Amino acid sequence: MKAAIVAIASLAALTALALLAPQWLVFMAMLALAKGVVVLGLLVLMRTGLVSFGQGLYFGIGAYTAALLSHHLHVADAAVMLLAGAAAAGLMAALLGLLLAGYRDIFFAMLSLAFSMILYGVLVKSAALGSTDGFNLHARTFFGVALAPGVERRVFLIAGAVCAVVVALLAHRLLGGHWGRLSTGVRDNELRVAYLGASPYRVVYVNYLIAGAMAGLGGALAALAVGHVDPEMTYWTTSGEFVFIAILGGTQSILAPFVAASIFEALRTIASQYAPNVWQMSLGLAMLAIIMFLPAGLWTLAERRRRSA
Amino acid sequence: MRASSSFGLRAGLAAFALLLAVPASLAQQPLKVGIVTFLSGPAAGPFGVPARNAAELTAELLNAGTVPAPYSQKGFGGTPIELVIIDEAGGPQKQVAEYRNLVPRVDIVIGYISSGDCLAIAPVAEEQKKLTVLFDCGTPRIFEDASYKYVFRTGPTGTMDNVSVALYLVERNPNVKSIAGLNQNYAWGQDSWADFENAMKTLKPGIEVKTSQMPKLFAGQFGAEITTLLGSGAEVIHSSMWGGDLEGLVLQGAPRGLFEKHKVVLSAGEPAINRLGTRIPDGTILGARGPFGPFAPDTDLARWLKTTYQDRYHIPPNYASFKMTQAILGVKAAYEKAKGSSNEAPDQDKIIAAFENLTFEGPGGPVKMALGKGHQAIMDAAVGTTKVEAGELKIVDIARYSADKVNPPDGVKSEVWIKSGLKK
Repeated sequence: MKAAIVAIASLAALTALALLAPQWLVFMAMLALAKGVVVLGLLVLMRTGLVSFGQGLYFGIGAYTAALLSHHLHVADAAVMLLAGAAAAGLMAALLGLLLAGYRDIFFAMLSLAFSMILYGVLVKSAALGSTDGFNLHARTFFGVALAPGVERRVFLIAGAVCAVVVALLAHRLLGGHWGRLSTGVRDNELRVAYLGASPYRVVYVNYLIAGAMAGLGGALAALAVGHVDPEMTYWTTSGEFVFIAILGGTQSILAPFVAASIFEALRTIASQYAPNVWQMSLGLAMLAIIMFLPAGLWTLAERRRRSA
Repeated sequence: MRASSSFGLRAGLAAFALLLAVPASLAQQPLKVGIVTFLSGPAAGPFGVPARNAAELTAELLNAGTVPAPYSQKGFGGTPIELVIIDEAGGPQKQVAEYRNLVPRVDIVIGYISSGDCLAIAPVAEEQKKLTVLFDCGTPRIFEDASYKYVFRTGPTGTMDNVSVALYLVERNPNVKSIAGLNQNYAWGQDSWADFENAMKTLKPGIEVKTSQMPKLFAGQFGAEITTLLGSGAEVIHSSMWGGDLEGLVLQGAPRGLFEKHKVVLSAGEPAINRLGTRIPDGTILGARGPFGPFAPDTDLARWLKTTYQDRYHIPPNYASFKMTQAILGVKAAYEKAKGSSNEAPDQDKIIAAFENLTFEGPGGPVKMALGKGHQAIMDAAVGTTKVEAGELKIVDIARYSADKVNPPDGVKSEVWIKSGLKK
């Protein structure tokens, strides 16, 4: 019930933002949403105690699927691009998950990183796809309705908001119920979960699949927002950024990734504008401060306030 | 209410945006020029910072009115200019975000060194209807795959770099029979090698390509590639490397005799002169992506940039510095042409109309906005050979190629033009 209220309120707020805010803010909100969806997937995976340093793989697959549809097959429908991006990433995750679900800890993290870097290497060598320069994509319709120039990004933001809210509600249901407790069980004591008759491999596999599909959706959203794809999206620094946002927000709440992604985008923009020579250091210091003072992420602030109230 | 903190943040940002969007139309308000160049990362040292330095120097001296004719009027048409500088590092996705944030704060944007950033920014500039001048990126794809109203590029494309070194090479070694390449494995390296290889095949049909080595970007160590090249038997080795990779190639290749055994062509080698100096072996063929730096013609404008830059930064301006100053002067020329003798500031459409097909004088010589329906510059190309004289590196045997000879006609794609015989 409470989740539904928050969902409706968020959707209303984002729709208002999409209709009223200046273009640059609409764009930033869109990027924050796209990254929030990816990080939410990471959060699902982190419930099982696993951190992927390779979500850039699925982010990139989602983005390139959307862009290739536009570029080579001349499909210019945003809705098709979003669904195809999520599906393609989910498919790849279903395949690689078979292998990765058998690994834990640093081995899991490194293997996921390795797969994302393979895609990066392949894209960099593909001159037909523009190599490191990448290429543009254009979405001109949404569910077959032609978009007037100038409003398309506002429509994409509303579409992105609907995607994000639906995904967040699903994740909330999933993690709040039996599956969420099973995931935490795998993190805390895998052997015991197995003795109780559940399959840790299956739990990890399904969570990995969910994380992959969500990263693909996020990638397609980002590609629509930016209008350009390039191999940087699959590079390990992009994957690292998702982990950064996850740590920034903390893993306790479904809303945390979206709040953290908004703060991250705002922080980066403010740092770039007011400290163009030391913006990376500003971000690094923010990260250090959070790890030192709020080890469970920014969400601890909200929790603290609620407890004291 | 859990959603409130994120909504509060967004509302705050929205209020902030409205503040920034208030038009700065009061009289004698300076014109704001956004400058985007690498301030961090591997491209900052050879390109980004020299370009930023040139931008600051040029803006200051323009406002003081001390730039030689025809740019002696203060600022742009008497209005002072003010720079807003941001970092280009972080990849195209971040750059699109920063560009969108920059647009409401400035009147004109000048920037972008990376071709990936240029490709991503161009459609956004068109959408935002903001006059945007690309100053350095090389890929011809920008105006060959699309056409833009609000986007201009005052630097020549990468096409002429490799066509001109190929012409230079064939004129000096008419019997050249084999070539090999050592280029970084990313878009710039791949495109440069393809242009050079195709130009050589056009100029010398039947030429043999012994090997094309493509180490990854910023590898820094080229031991294996140098061994392969030494054993390849190729007469000529082409490389479009820059920055740390180029320094690595010279420092690792020279002691092993790479430069003695082969004729080495460094198509974008000029920025390394200031760092490597006499360590670049004699007889290396060097390009500067246009008539910049030591290749600049002897004009008042070139002398002005060289002396003022050297006085302030204690190092000569390289091609990135030249191209940045050229972009600012190009916008100034268009602005003043649009303004004419009226007292009012010209609107953006007038500046764009004046900029299209404009010919203006840059520190590297005349610049013609001739391609991409008048939005893409062409310039003469210059190539030279290194020679150490009295303990100083000199560029000798400089050859100049007229702009029409090393650039395709408007509407013809570079790749097709090179393959079909470099015809006018």
